[in-house]
Order: sequence, then structure tokens, then C-alpha cells
Amino acid sequence: MTTLNPAQMDEIAARHPAVFHRSFWQRFRVAIIAGGFVLYALYCWWFFAIGHVLGTANWNIAGTYLADWVSYEVRPEVTIDPDGAMKLTYPRFSPLGPNAEPDWVEIERGTMTRTTPSAGAATDTAQKPASMGFMGTGGTIGGSATAANAMATATTREEEVVKRAKITLNSSTSVEVVPERVTVQHSGETLLVEIAGSDMTVEGVLPAWATQKAPGEKITLSFGVAGWGEIEADDISIRKRFFGWANFLFDTNSPFHGKPLSEVFSLVTSGERIDPKQSNLSLAWDNILYNAEWQHLDVWTKLLQTIVMAFVGTLFAMLLAFPLAFLAARNITRSWISNQVTKRLFDFLRSVDMLIWALFFTRAFGPGPLAGMSAIFFTDTGTLGKLYSEALENIDDKQREGVKSVGAAPAAVQRFGVLPQVMPLFASQALYFWESNTRSATIIGAVGAGGIGLKLWEAMRTNSDWENVAYMVLLILIVVFVFDGISNALRSRLMGKPAH
Amino acid sequence: MAMNTLHDGFSEKGALIERHWQELNARRRLYTWLGLAILAMALTGSLWFANETNAGKFFDRLPHLFDFVGDMVPRDGLEVFRALFDLPSPYDDGSFKYNYPEGRLYITESLYVPEYFHKMLETLNIAIFSTVIGMVFGFLLCFLAAKNLVANRLLRGFVRRFMEILRAFPEVVLAGFFLAILSLGPLPAVIAVSIHTVGALGKLFFEVVENADMKAEEGLRAVGASWVERVWFGIVPQVLPNFMSYFLLRLEINVRASTIIGAVGGGGIGELLRLSIGQGHQAKTLAIVLLLLITIIAVDQFSAWLRRRLVGDHAFRLAQ
Repeated sequence: MTTLNPAQMDEIAARHPAVFHRSFWQRFRVAIIAGGFVLYALYCWWFFAIGHVLGTANWNIAGTYLADWVSYEVRPEVTIDPDGAMKLTYPRFSPLGPNAEPDWVEIERGTMTRTTPSAGAATDTAQKPASMGFMGTGGTIGGSATAANAMATATTREEEVVKRAKITLNSSTSVEVVPERVTVQHSGETLLVEIAGSDMTVEGVLPAWATQKAPGEKITLSFGVAGWGEIEADDISIRKRFFGWANFLFDTNSPFHGKPLSEVFSLVTSGERIDPKQSNLSLAWDNILYNAEWQHLDVWTKLLQTIVMAFVGTLFAMLLAFPLAFLAARNITRSWISNQVTKRLFDFLRSVDMLIWALFFTRAFGPGPLAGMSAIFFTDTGTLGKLYSEALENIDDKQREGVKSVGAAPAAVQRFGVLPQVMPLFASQALYFWESNTRSATIIGAVGAGGIGLKLWEAMRTNSDWENVAYMVLLILIVVFVFDGISNALRSRLMGKPAH
Repeated sequence: MAMNTLHDGFSEKGALIERHWQELNARRRLYTWLGLAILAMALTGSLWFANETNAGKFFDRLPHLFDFVGDMVPRDGLEVFRALFDLPSPYDDGSFKYNYPEGRLYITESLYVPEYFHKMLETLNIAIFSTVIGMVFGFLLCFLAAKNLVANRLLRGFVRRFMEILRAFPEVVLAGFFLAILSLGPLPAVIAVSIHTVGALGKLFFEVVENADMKAEEGLRAVGASWVERVWFGIVPQVLPNFMSYFLLRLEINVRASTIIGAVGGGGIGELLRLSIGQGHQAKTLAIVLLLLITIIAVDQFSAWLRRRLVGDHAFRLAQ
């Protein structure tokens, strides 16, 4: 490899002055554009108050919400009455259903003599669980006599209560509760909390996974992915996290709830009728469709609405844009007025945002797919009309002239001279819009124009149904990918070459 | 000309060819009719389904189709300008309908930005900022997805799938999720639109890169340039005009997208429009619609002009 000496370099530089003497803009444009971007980013940082928003954001919640997408919590709660009687309850809508006795909760029961105070002297702590047990007896274990608590007079009686409860979260994590003491074990460390009446004291120092704001106050335990818990003197609540979607097929009211799939299968195929009015198969199918937590039928209906909105909207837009485009193309309709009128109409339809149309049609038709459909129809008539008229203006005139020269009628000239050239392009563009509208129909649904958008929005607003959001997102992704594939395959066949 | 009968005067071979052609033609026509019949059935079914599941029935509500025009007719023509520029209204009765001056955003003691202009600026800023973010990340990702630059199929496939998911993930979910974490404001909208833009621009970008002329890259490879140098000096200069054109195209789409995201809680003008239509404030609605229309037309025209300067007349493919 030969190297150039300085004289040769100068010579080359002298021969090509344009290469070595570049203008200010040419030399510094990268720096200027990059600087512009940085300045703009700083401006936006200030304009959107990004630093402030990020600082005040609740990132802990983000983790929980994300975890909720693919997992759920079961919440056993141990309450300790002042006289030392313990009770284990689950919330009303526990994923385990009423009267659940999961194997990760060990319970030792025993009897004890209790003096039930009269209603007037009842303390809050005793009254609250008692009335809860009375209202929703389903969720109570070991408190079978709680109904009696609500009786007014002070009585002394033998009651069956929980003596010891041990909740196992995973192989290294467990919480054991006896009336005087809570023992928490997690990753080899042990936390002992002594409970005496309404006071509690921690023995030794708190491990890193437990926090307490002040002595005697509530202790928060965090076990990572296994769950978390809270210890108070009279109330120990544990959240155990399970991976997956709870009760995806059958909700807790269904007779099939909690049964393994093989058992459900044998019940459906050969079991005795659970409900004498219908076969087990149709009962199971009904239970799945009307699952209270997942609302499968409703979700599918809404998803179908979204698909239908995109399909009908795009199809009608194509049907209307097709004839109008012939009026708008100046080489086909030789009238300045009709060209301008149709072109401005297209511009208007396109520029009024799909959102505005969606809001207006929601007022006209009420919430539902008709509104979304009309919004897509109006917007896309404009867009497709513009594209179609541009395609028509770019056609090859030779074919038209050939057809005209043999004396064809005007309609025949369009049919045989123009259509064969543009039809594949028209269909391909309509397919492309069908596909992209399937995506965008989700979002106009959220403003009330029907479809899955609104359902998604409602599920998110409560901040507790993220698993339903995940389910719907999954369905949407599947639909979008399938339609992408269909549209790409059709388009590449129409255009004779791969569309991508 | 009758298609189904053979005319006299064909030679034997000619008749064979003619018959074959007629067969092909008949089959083709059958497929066309079948396709149209399926389409018609799908359409009928869809329309029936849409009508059944809608809150109001189509034919009952059809007379109300143009009700929205009534939603936009203010009490008198000047009200629109009062609403637009936050001037006090002579009809002011203390209700929200005529409280135009309340939205003023004062810069100094007497100088103010009218509410709708401020919100429109916010929406525009959401669109521009998220398009810039999308462009930066799309730019970084697109070279990894291009067949002519990355030989590793696994990496390429991974990057492409990643961008596909970003593109297909519903924006409304992203917006809703970040609304829950960041609380109300425009930032969730920025994040939602940006993420979608990364996927959309990344795809368009890598298609441009795959169609790039590889001679410059080969020359650089011959003198021993590294991968980054080859991309930066060999590919980027030729694809940059196209990238800018797609950037502008995306900006047009994002102005609309950020308006819609605004309407579902992401701030900006979309939210005001939804509220004003819902509450039946005609003058405010008309003012916002006019402002939106003008802005969108202006952005479209500006971007079309700039794109034509950058890449000539090819720049008019609408893509998402």
C-alpha cells in the first residue's frame, strides 16, 4: 500500500477544490441538527415538566400493575380477637371461591370457651368480623359460630376457633400465626413478632424485607415475586402471588370451578347432568361465555365489532371513493369544476380528524360500532379518494387511446382502457387501509365509537383488572398479526411482487 | 360478442385454443362472482351485527346523522372568534358555555395565550416530540433489521419482531398504563405515541436501507472500515432524504394520533373537544374544530412541500 506524501496531497486538494472547501452548512450541519434536537428536547423537558412528572410518578405501583398482567393474588387474612380467638378469612371475591381450603394454608382448629359480649358493649374488633361473617358467611372458616355473636345477650359458650395457621408462600417463605406470636420465615431469616392484646413487639432487628415506620405500628413484609403481607396486632393479611390467569375458563360460581381439566372433560363427555335442564357440555360452554371475571362473550363481541368497523368502513370508503376518483382525476373528467369540487371534498373529509367524526357520530348513533364505522368511512373516503385520483392521473394513456380508437363507448373506455391498469393498485391500497384501520379502530373505540377500545379503557380505569387488559391486548395482537398476514399475502398476489 | 358459442371458420387448432380460452374465462368469472358473493355476505352479516350491537338502531338514528351540524352552530357568528381568542361573550351568564376568558394563560400582566391555542400547541408538541423520539430509536434499530447490513438472522428477526410488536400494541393501552403511573398530563400520550412511532418508522426505515445502493458500502469495506463507519458514511447519506420524508409523513399521522390520545385522557386539544361536544357548547366546538382543521391542513401542506423538496414526487405514498 502506497502512502501519499504531502505534496501529492496538496495536488489532489488543488485539483478538487469543491471536495475540500465545503460550505459552513455542509461542514456543521450534523452538529447544527443535533444541537437543534437537543434544544428541542430541553424545551420539551420544560414544556411537559418531564422531570417533575417522572419524580412524582409512582414506580412501585408500576411493578405491581405489570405483575398483575400475568399473575394474581390470593389474600388470606388472619384476625385475632382480644380474647385470643383467631379466624382465617378470604375476601368476598377471592379467586379461590367461597369455602376454599388451599393446601398451602395449614390450619389447626380447637375449641375454646368464649364470652360473647352483649351488643352494646361490643368492641369494634369483635363486631366487625362478626357482622362480616353474618353478611357473607361464605368466606369464613373456623368461625362457624360467628352468627351467634350477633345475638345480643352476653353468653358463654364453646366455640371452634383457629389455634394455629401456617401460610406457606414458597419453599423458603412462610408465615405462622398463633394468638401470641407471628413467625415469618423468608430466605433463611426469621422474624418474630410477639403480640399481647393490641400491642406488638419485634424480637431482635427487622430483616431487610420487613419495614416498620415506628415501633408498635404496622409491619410491611415484601417477599418479591412470592407476594407480600402486613402484620398488625389484630390482623395479619398475606398476599400470595400466583403466576397465570385465575379462573380463566370457569368463575367461582360455576360447578366446574377448581376442577382439573381432565375431570371437566370426563364430566362433559360422560358425567351425569349437573343441571337437569341442559347437557353438561352446554352448561360448561355457558359458564365459559358468561364468566363473570373474564366476560369472554362480551370481549369477543367487542373485538368482532372492532373488526367489523374496520372492514365495513374501509369497504364503503372504497366503494364511494372509486367513482368519485374518476370525477376528480383531471385526465378522465375534463371539467375543472368537478375536479376541484371532488378534490376539495376529499381534502375536507381527510383533514377533519377521525376523532372528530367519531365524536360526532357517537352523538348521532349512540355508542357502538355504527359510529366507528361511519368515522372510518368518512375519513378513508377522503384518503382513498386522494390516492385513487392520483393513481388515475398517472395512468398510461396509450391503452385508453387504443380502446377509444376502435370506437368504444365512454364507459367501455374506462372499463377496458383504465380499470385494468389501476384495479390492482386500488385493491392493494384498500387492503392496506383495512389492515391499518383494524389497528386504529381500537383507539377511536375508547372515545365511545364502539369496539374493544372502550372495554379496554374501562378495564384500565379501575386499575385492578390488568389481567383482563392483558387478555384483550393478546387478542388484539393476534387479530392484527393475522390480518397483516392476510393483507400482505393478498397484496403481493395482486401486485405480482412482494409488498414488503 | 357471445362468449359461449364457437363461431364457424376456426381451424381445428384455433377452435381448441378458443375453447380453452373460453373455459379459462368462465372459471375466472365464476371465481369473481364467488368472491363478490362472499364479500356481499360478509358485508351483510357485518352490517346486521353492527346494527344489533349498537346502542341506537341505524334506521332510527339515521335522521340524526347530521345532528352534529347543529352541535356547531353558535348563537351568533362572532361567538366563534370570541371562543377562539378567549374574548368575553355578551351572553355570559356564569355558565361554562360562555366562560371563554377563564381559560386564558397569562404570560405577562395583560398578554395572554388563548386556551385553545395553548392546547393545540401542546398537542402539536406531543406529536413532534414523539416523532423525534421515534425517529431516533427507529434510526438506531433499523440498521440492525436490514438484510444487507446484518448477516445474523437471529438478531435481524428479533429486531423485526420487536418493532412489529411495538407497532401493533394498542396505543390506548400504553396511554392508559402510563396514565395510571404518571397521573394526568401529556407525558403518557408522548410515551404511547413514541412507542408506536418507533415500530412504524423502524419498519419503513429498514426497507429504505435494504433498497440502498451498496457500492459505497463496499468501497468502505475494501479500505477496512468498521461496521459503524460503513453504515455512517456509506448508507446514511443516501437514505437520509428518505428518512426525513418518512419522518414528516409520520408527523402528519402523529398530529392526528395525539389528538385522539388526548381525547381519551392524554391532555391537549382532543380532551377539550370531547368535553365541549359532550356538553353541547356549540361555539367552543366550532372554534376547536376550525383550529384543528387549519392546523392539520397546515401541517400536511408544510410536510408535503418539504418532502417534495427532499425526495421529489415519489414522496407521496401514504403509509403507516
